[in-house]
Amino acid sequence: MKINFKITLVLITVSFILFVFFLSLGQKSQYDTRDLIGKKIDNFNLKTLEGEKNITEVDLMDNEYTLINFWASWCSPCRAEHKYLIKIKNNLGLRILGVNFKDKNKNAIDFLNELGNPYSYIVKDNSGKQSIKFGVYGIPESILINKDLIVVKKFIGPIKKEDLELISKILKNL
Amino acid sequence: MRLIYTFLIFFSFLFFNLFAKDISTKEAEIFKNIRCLICQGQSIADSNSEFSQTLKLVVKDQIKEGKSKEEIYDFLIEKYGEWIVYKPTFSKNFILWLLPYIFLLLGGIVLFLLIKKRENTKTN
Repeated sequence: MKINFKITLVLITVSFILFVFFLSLGQKSQYDTRDLIGKKIDNFNLKTLEGEKNITEVDLMDNEYTLINFWASWCSPCRAEHKYLIKIKNNLGLRILGVNFKDKNKNAIDFLNELGNPYSYIVKDNSGKQSIKFGVYGIPESILINKDLIVVKKFIGPIKKEDLELISKILKNL
Repeated sequence: MRLIYTFLIFFSFLFFNLFAKDISTKEAEIFKNIRCLICQGQSIADSNSEFSQTLKLVVKDQIKEGKSKEEIYDFLIEKYGEWIVYKPTFSKNFILWLLPYIFLLLGGIVLFLLIKKRENTKTN
C-alpha cells in the first residue's frame, strides 16, 4: 500500500496540534500554591508583636500541628475568618502562629481586643518580606504544618466552616 | 599631586556609577521576568500592588546579598512554582526550548524530501 506523503504530513500536524490542546486543558487556569504541600517551611526568625522575644521554626516543633495564619487589622476577610480561628483554638486545641502582616501594632492589638485572641504566638512582619519565605501572596492565608515543619495544607483566603472541618479531620487522623 | 587626587575622585565616581548601573540593570531584568501573581498579565516591574512591592524588596535584598539571577529565580520558583517567572527555566522545560529547533530541522527534512521527489518525478 502506498502511503500518501502529504496526507501523512497533514495528519501528523493535526494530531500534534490536538495533543498540545489536550495538554493545555490539563493546566491550572488559576494560580495556587498547592505545590508547597509536602515541602518543609524555611527557617524564620520573627519578633513577637510586643517585641519582647523572637519566635523561630524551632518553637513550632513541639506541636503535633501548627496553623500559621497571616493576618492584618486592615484586612476585612481576616475579620470574617476570625471566629473560625477562635473555634480552631477552643474546639480543636490547635496552636496558631499569627503573622501580623504590614500592620500597626496598636491597630493589631485593638483588633484582637475586639474580636478575641486565637493565637498562641503572634509575630509581626512589618515589611512583608518574611511572608514571601512562606509563599504568601495575599492575606489572609493559612498554612497547616506538622511537627517536622512540613506543609500539610494551605488555605488561600479566609478560613471557612469547611476548612474547619477539614482541619478537624486531619487532627483526628493523628 | 592635585591632579592625582582629581583623577582618583573622577575614577571612583565612574566606578561607583558603573557598579550602580550594573545592579539596577540586573534588578530591572529580574523585575521584568517575575509575574505579579495577583495582577492581570503584569510583571512586578509594571505593577504597584502590595505583592509586587514586597517582592521587589526581597529581590533587592537578595541582589545585595550577592545572589545571582538564577539563585533568585530558584528561590521564587520554590515558593510560588514555575508560574512566577515569565521565561521558563531550561532544565524542566527543555522540550519547550528545543521544540522550535526540532521543527526547523523537521521542516528542512520535509522540504528536502519534497524537492527530491519533484526532481525524481521530472527526471522520470
